[in-house]
Amino acid sequence: MNTGDTQKPPPDSRGRSAGEVRRTTVPREHRETVGEVRVENPRIRCTDVNVWYGETHAVHNISIDVGHNEILALIGPSGCGKTTFLRCMNRMNDTIAGCRVEGEILVDGANVNGPEIDVVPLRARMGMVFQKPNPFPKSIFENVAFGPRIHGLTANQLELEEIVVTSLQKAGLWEEVKDRLEEPGTGLSGGQQQRLCIARAIAVQPEVILMDEPCSALDPIATATIENLMVDLSQNYSICIVTHSMQQAARVSQRTAFFHLGDLIEVGETSELFIRPGHQLTEDYITGRFG
Amino acid sequence: MDTPETSAASAPKPIDIIRAGMRRRKAAEMRFKLYGIVAITCGLLFLAILFVTIIGNAYTAFAQTKINLDFYLDPAVFSADAAPSAEDLSSADYGAIVRDGIRSLFPEVESRGDVRALSALVGRGAVYDLRETVMAAPDLVGKTLTLWVPADDDVDMLMKGHIERSGPEDQRRLSDNQLGWIDQLQADGRLEKRFNTDFFTKGDSREPESAGIWGAVVGSFYTLLVTLLLSFPLGVAAAVYLEEFAPQNRWTDIIEVNINNLAAVPSIVFGLLGLAVFINFFGLPRSVPLVGGLVLTLMTLPTIIIASRAALKSVPPSIREAALGVGASPLQTVTMHVLPLAMPGMLTGTIIGMAQALGESAPLLMIGMVAFIVDIPQGVFDPAAVLPVQIFLWADSPERAFVERTSAAILVLLCFLIAMNAFAVLLRKRFERRW
Ligand SMILES: Nc1ncnc2c1ncn2[C@@H]1O[C@H](COP(=O)(O)OP(=O)(O)OP(=O)(O)O)[C@@H](O)[C@H]1O
Ligand SMILES: [Mg+2]
Repeated sequence: MNTGDTQKPPPDSRGRSAGEVRRTTVPREHRETVGEVRVENPRIRCTDVNVWYGETHAVHNISIDVGHNEILALIGPSGCGKTTFLRCMNRMNDTIAGCRVEGEILVDGANVNGPEIDVVPLRARMGMVFQKPNPFPKSIFENVAFGPRIHGLTANQLELEEIVVTSLQKAGLWEEVKDRLEEPGTGLSGGQQQRLCIARAIAVQPEVILMDEPCSALDPIATATIENLMVDLSQNYSICIVTHSMQQAARVSQRTAFFHLGDLIEVGETSELFIRPGHQLTEDYITGRFG
Repeated sequence: MDTPETSAASAPKPIDIIRAGMRRRKAAEMRFKLYGIVAITCGLLFLAILFVTIIGNAYTAFAQTKINLDFYLDPAVFSADAAPSAEDLSSADYGAIVRDGIRSLFPEVESRGDVRALSALVGRGAVYDLRETVMAAPDLVGKTLTLWVPADDDVDMLMKGHIERSGPEDQRRLSDNQLGWIDQLQADGRLEKRFNTDFFTKGDSREPESAGIWGAVVGSFYTLLVTLLLSFPLGVAAAVYLEEFAPQNRWTDIIEVNINNLAAVPSIVFGLLGLAVFINFFGLPRSVPLVGGLVLTLMTLPTIIIASRAALKSVPPSIREAALGVGASPLQTVTMHVLPLAMPGMLTGTIIGMAQALGESAPLLMIGMVAFIVDIPQGVFDPAAVLPVQIFLWADSPERAFVERTSAAILVLLCFLIAMNAFAVLLRKRFERRW
């Protein structure tokens, strides 16, 4: 079912282009999404999003909504395009040479790919926690203070310190670092760095938070802290979380989307999807028959 | 050969294969280590030879033979009437005063030829030293002044053992008479080797005994200052633009190829370019540090751009994503995160470029910085020499005393290079400590 040929034909080759013809036609392997992708009054509405890395078509025709005060979990086997799709929403894919995004992504009704959109405020509004922890090679304090400082969110040093402290507390890192705020963030352990990056993202008080496997290196207690944080934040904000843990998706999310080889196979209420999957692939995946 | 024959019956286990290969791997490692040690030893050896020869030649230049003379500053020499004006002071016949100074020690010398031979023992620099002293303190006029003045370079060479005393008189630099006077002066304690401050405080001179390196040092300083002020900001800005902001297309590819090509262009070509553009077209003066700096800027820019781009490339992209992800603008990302991380590499590249520029002579010859310049330059518009050109000029001079000065100048140049490299290391350390 997959285009197995590893050797790339020249772009003008007709041979394999059926699935690769750009924009107009549906990719050859495209599979219709099972379940309701739309919600009422969405915060984010994605329609026919396609992503290419050079000639590689990584994400095919994805349409999905994210509601207000909702946590959406993205699950699927490794390499299926979850990260790629997540990064479309705050246009982080702009930074990758050769990456091309097509389709419409509306955030509060405005197309993020539109010419009138300024990516700087967009990214400030849509915080991101990356798959690989990437603290700045600066002090722990500076890591968290960077966002509020460049956006001028605080009037004075005192307020800034307060934001830093509360962000670290929410990310469950405060107890471990309160005596070493001036030490480099890169000197923390992998899991601590992950939480530092979460603290850095929430310090700018984004309205949408995109989290790419935020708990992949965390122990159950730290994971519980982050999950509680997500639930708290979802009172006001929308959250998209990529996770490889079915339990985590089941615990925190309202809706779940299952990706497979660049296609969005199924979307549904989390409780529904895990109990009565509507597609064979979804069932195989959540029951652990492949992955 | 690797595995023992006895275990050949059963299939060898992977761990046995690994064990058997270990000897070879260890041997390869040892060999590699050895090559490295040999290479480094060779390098150090050549460096040691270089330093020993240069220092061996140079150290005598740091001492200069001087003669202690009493000069009677006869008011009549300065002006007819009472108080001499500044002009009188500067234009007075100091040569006569110096001649009288040495003659007074040997009143028995009468014939004109002998007098000339006698006064030839005193270096020409004595006249300038004397004038300087008197101009600084005009009230000395009418008094007797005792001063250590440089001896002629032949006397100096004799004292340092570079000239033979024996041999037929007409083939020697110094006659028997002169040797006698020298011995007598030495016996009186009026002739001795003293630390050569002139070498470090004076400009170039036709007379080795009063030739100094300071003019060239100052010239090099101004030239490098211009080079640094122009090439560092330009180079860093170009690198940042090309690496962080420019779109990737054919134009940027062409620019990249051209920058790499420029880095390989022989430096004398930049000299010709400088001559054509800065001097002939823009009409800037010849021999000045400003033009030298401009030419060296052209030469060092590619080096700095290439090093800076490499430094920027080595900053992990995840840092840029992290900054962009919290909503930093591209400029904030670059100035607050990427540049500080790339700075050590950029500085190293810059200092290497500067060190190259400091040692460069060919392009400066083209723009006239090879002229003979006595005065210490006071700014970037004053004609100046630079260290490598000064070395070239001295190496070209016939006088024996310039040989040691050439080596001493090389030593000074090397000291500056070492100091610059040490500074580069220091800067690196300082920036790197901020993670
Ligand atoms: N920068 C890139 N350049 C080229 N191809 C890429 C790039 N990033 C991802 N891809 C390809 O796009 C596809 C989707 O990758 P993506 O990172 O989105 O997967 P993922 O679902 O996040 O996987 P994982 O769960 O392992 O993180 C993969 O086939 C991958 O090889
Ligand atoms: Mg991923």
